[in-house]
Amino acid sequence: MTERTVQTTLDGSEPRTSRAIEASGVSKHFGGVQALHSASFSADFGEVHALVGENGAGKSTMIKILSAVLAPDEGALRIKGVEVSLASPLEARRLGVGTVFQELTLLPWMTVAENLLLGNEPVGPTRLIRRRQLPARADEILEGYGVEGIDPLELVASLPLAQRQTIEIVRTLLRDPEILFLDEPTSALGEREVEWLFGLVRGLRERGRCIIFTSHRWGEVVNIADRITVFRNGEFVTTREHMGEAEAVTLMTGRTIERMYPELPRPAQDADVALEVRDLRGTRVDGVSFQLRRGEILGVGGLAGQGQRDLFMTLFAARRPSGGEISVGGKRVRLRKPQDAIDARLGIALVPEDRKSEGLMLPLSVRDNLSLVVLSRVSAGGIVRRLRENRMVGRMVERLQIRTRRVAVQEVGTLSGGNQQKVLIGRWLLAEPDIMLLYDITRGVDVGTKHDIYQLMVELIGEGKALLFYSSDTEEMAHVCHRVLIMREGRIACELAADEIDAERLVAAALKEHAAV
Amino acid sequence: MQQAPLLLSFAILAGTFGVYAGLFVSNQHHFLTPFEGQSIVNTAVPLVFAAVGQTVVVLTRGLDLSVGGVMALTNTIVASNMHSSTGSMVAWSLIGLAIGAGAGLVNGCLIAFGRLQPILVTLATLSIYSGLAIKVLPEPGGSIPIEYTKFMANVNGPWGLIYVAGLLLVWFVFRRTPFGVAVYAIGNDQAAARASGIKVRLVKVGAYVFAGTLFSAGALFFSATTLGGDATAFDPFILTSIAAVVLGGISFFGGRGSAVGAVAGAFALTLVTPLLFQANVNQLYTDAFQGLFLVLAVVLAGLVGRLVSART
Repeated sequence: MTERTVQTTLDGSEPRTSRAIEASGVSKHFGGVQALHSASFSADFGEVHALVGENGAGKSTMIKILSAVLAPDEGALRIKGVEVSLASPLEARRLGVGTVFQELTLLPWMTVAENLLLGNEPVGPTRLIRRRQLPARADEILEGYGVEGIDPLELVASLPLAQRQTIEIVRTLLRDPEILFLDEPTSALGEREVEWLFGLVRGLRERGRCIIFTSHRWGEVVNIADRITVFRNGEFVTTREHMGEAEAVTLMTGRTIERMYPELPRPAQDADVALEVRDLRGTRVDGVSFQLRRGEILGVGGLAGQGQRDLFMTLFAARRPSGGEISVGGKRVRLRKPQDAIDARLGIALVPEDRKSEGLMLPLSVRDNLSLVVLSRVSAGGIVRRLRENRMVGRMVERLQIRTRRVAVQEVGTLSGGNQQKVLIGRWLLAEPDIMLLYDITRGVDVGTKHDIYQLMVELIGEGKALLFYSSDTEEMAHVCHRVLIMREGRIACELAADEIDAERLVAAALKEHAAV
Repeated sequence: MQQAPLLLSFAILAGTFGVYAGLFVSNQHHFLTPFEGQSIVNTAVPLVFAAVGQTVVVLTRGLDLSVGGVMALTNTIVASNMHSSTGSMVAWSLIGLAIGAGAGLVNGCLIAFGRLQPILVTLATLSIYSGLAIKVLPEPGGSIPIEYTKFMANVNGPWGLIYVAGLLLVWFVFRRTPFGVAVYAIGNDQAAARASGIKVRLVKVGAYVFAGTLFSAGALFFSATTLGGDATAFDPFILTSIAAVVLGGISFFGGRGSAVGAVAGAFALTLVTPLLFQANVNQLYTDAFQGLFLVLAVVLAGLVGRLVSART
């Protein structure tokens, strides 16, 4: 490990030690799960330090301990060279630590302005908060950070995820932390917002701050990190300045993955059309038409928030279309509720991205979560046949390599994020759909699981299933789709065929079409 | 759009008042006199205080069932001890408020530091406080000096409205303190509030203390208008204070709503009894009609809420 000797002067007075924060021999367990096992980590002032690893490797736990949200079972923490025992997040904040957590910490039923200025509200001579001044102050702050298009009087609950994440970041930066933790800040952001964030991060680095961030997107890590630390299974693996992607994947997963993205078999030219959409209209879906063939993976791209999500929801009948036609297997269908999409031999399944709020029941077992949609198939006379259910669920756990100790007992909430996502995919696979709508299913999922998911997608199209695919990761989009439709403001702006898809072209197409407005 | 629940609570109040006034005029052939105004306001004020206290607790995503016990204890102790001297009246009023604060402190500490469910804790303390009240005054009795009644509730008009105005002032100040912000923040998302540097447990205790004090303030006014103590008179406040919170459009999931709505809700609920009287409905059915009223109001709120969200 290289020891750095960057001397930085934050306020022009005395120089500081270069070491910003340090944890040594930190252990933490939750119930029977050992999240960190005598792990160490350190970062310096003046650097951007990436902390990488699979879901459940202990990155978030380490960040929470260093931010004093969690107390370690054992181990020592040093901030700016001084050993500390942090009692509360407030204390960490006083020592100059600022953290953007993975789970957002915004208050949903309060306005953007109230959230931004929480604990720092403008007060009058009587020390009472001047509520009327909140919006103007919030506007000033947002403008100062180059954020546009967010109404300070909007309730946070009604904002899209990317904007919530943006506010979360601004709120943390407002306190001008010397040591900034960003726990997966980009998973909810679109291309432009990521650029915005990285601009801010570079500025902070120039001012000698210490920035520690986690990401599952290797491109981002290479783009901005000065040093990279790898965690695996709650343990420190290594810290380096340079690391190739293949090597990083091996270090993170402990296995060698030859190639990240699979070879896509071409769909047969004369394959049946599985799903045809003609002039579909609805909320934020404006005259969308396309055909999806069996054995094909069709990407839906474009900038974030251009109606992709709405299109998926409408196809799954979670939203009512206001016009247009949907045909499945050549027959026109009318979908009123998701049950129609699942049943009626239509076989459409939607795997959503937000596994916590839209998919899994975290306190229920892996088995209960898996068999939920197909309970009627394993029931006789309204009674669930456990034996049949267990057999069916067991096969799926094996097929997807879900790492669980006891299928019937272990709560899904205690699985790692990647395995949770597999459970969600497995639930819909059990319904044996012909058409799967995969909406950002690899968000916040580690490389090993991503690899497994890509393999699975190739298997599925081999079985003749048709996949509609959206991902916030452009790189991934470029590699796992046969064709990509670029959406802009609810319309299909253009289509990229197989041989013209790469990440740069996807971004260019999305941006160009946007600029043309 | 964020004000929709609040507007709705006022619409419910206006509607209820309209029906009541209409029945009254058609029965009595003259409009409401100051006497009716004074009678309705004096009946409403204790509930208004209880409802605002309940609001503060509900905003933290809690519930305070002990409101009946706290009010009974305040009422019985004050009625057993207060004399007609100014000093005694001031002293026992302050002691009354302190009783509420103390009872709230016990609730809050058990909930925040004992990590117990609010509904369990306050159900238990309801029994304890009610039991203590019966110990203080086994039979209805005691006495409240007439001077106190004159001061608190002038019989010549709806003077009680002054206390309602004062309470609203307290509420608006509360909203503009860091404590007020913290109460809302905790109800929004406790973990997020903690991560934002809010002292969650301390604020929770504060919310129950604040609520208890308001309960006692309501009980003092109740004592002044009923001229005596009765340990069993306060059980209805448990349900009506919660009902007023519901009518006020305050979310039971915490963090959303305004005490102004609860004040409107408390008045609307108070109007149900005289309304039924004017409609010649047997007093025995009052509870049933209040329940019906509540269900209707909640269904209406749900419908309006859906309309509003469908349009945005």
